[in-house]
Amino acid sequence: MITLLAAPLALAPAIAPATSAAAVAPRASLTDIESDVMCTSCREPLEVAQSPQADSERAYIRGLIAQGETKSQILNNLVAQYGTAVLGKPPAHGFNLTVYIIPPAILVIGAGILAFTLPRWRRRTRAAARAPASSLPELDAEDAQRLDQELSRFRG
Amino acid sequence: MPARKLAYYSPFMRRFAIPAIALGVAVALLALLAFGVAHQGTSSSIDAKVARGDYPVAPGARMQLPILGSSGHESLADFRGKVVVINVFASWCGPCVAEAPILEQEERQLVKHNATVLGVTYLDNSSDSEQFVRQHGITYPVVRDVNGNFVRGFGATGVPETYVINRQGRIVALTREQLAGNWLQQTMTRILAQSA
Repeated sequence: MITLLAAPLALAPAIAPATSAAAVAPRASLTDIESDVMCTSCREPLEVAQSPQADSERAYIRGLIAQGETKSQILNNLVAQYGTAVLGKPPAHGFNLTVYIIPPAILVIGAGILAFTLPRWRRRTRAAARAPASSLPELDAEDAQRLDQELSRFRG
Repeated sequence: MPARKLAYYSPFMRRFAIPAIALGVAVALLALLAFGVAHQGTSSSIDAKVARGDYPVAPGARMQLPILGSSGHESLADFRGKVVVINVFASWCGPCVAEAPILEQEERQLVKHNATVLGVTYLDNSSDSEQFVRQHGITYPVVRDVNGNFVRGFGATGVPETYVINRQGRIVALTREQLAGNWLQQTMTRILAQSA
């Protein structure tokens, strides 16, 4: 009796870490990993790539999933096998930094230019709209006479 | 005071500063594009040099590459004094499968003349490459180019590609296609005769 009760108790610590580890790192799926990696020969995301190398890469990932590796372990393994070119998002160092710096920099510069120029354009447009008619240069007598003649011709 | 400063500079800013910033950004982007293009494959320049007999020094000769199925490393420099046929391959590549027996047969001849084939796996995982080596009974040394840094120096654009390096460490022949006909045999006969 004691033995029967003791057996599940003895197994409990062994089961508990496995359960908590599974909770921390969910089982990896091919669909999830495919969207984060590239077919290195065709330079396309693996999820859309159709080539012998893409098939080989998928088979390799399936093998790692079957071995119970987590997504991050699989990504590390893929980098060790195929180099950093296998990652959809290149690591942020060296020349790759440009991928992370340039697009936001362009956005910031563009926003800065707009922030600088838009208020000026709006101020100028409002000022022009508010300008009284008297601020326009007056016609001299000769031009005023010509304008009256032209207008009278249209009025019939 | 800052308002007065802005008022003082604003005609200048309006006329020159914004176009200058836009121009600067455009120039920077063009420079980046030029840098990227310049660091692309050097295949055409190597091919042209080899074709006109101006044999370039093999790049990355001192690059240490992991030996397939081993924890050791090997570099092209370790073969200095030998004629080396570098064959870039991957297990998933159909033409590479077709080439394997040709290269193995050539290797048996080359060892008699202080020459060797050196297989370089590229865009492939090590377990598949090892299986490929076993399946095709490959006896010549095989190294892995994980990041492609070694083969990129040769302007490799894919697999298979084959480069012949003479005893002085220069590229004397290459093909960027599947080995066909007697290309390898004829090329090696010529190169071994020249370096005898």
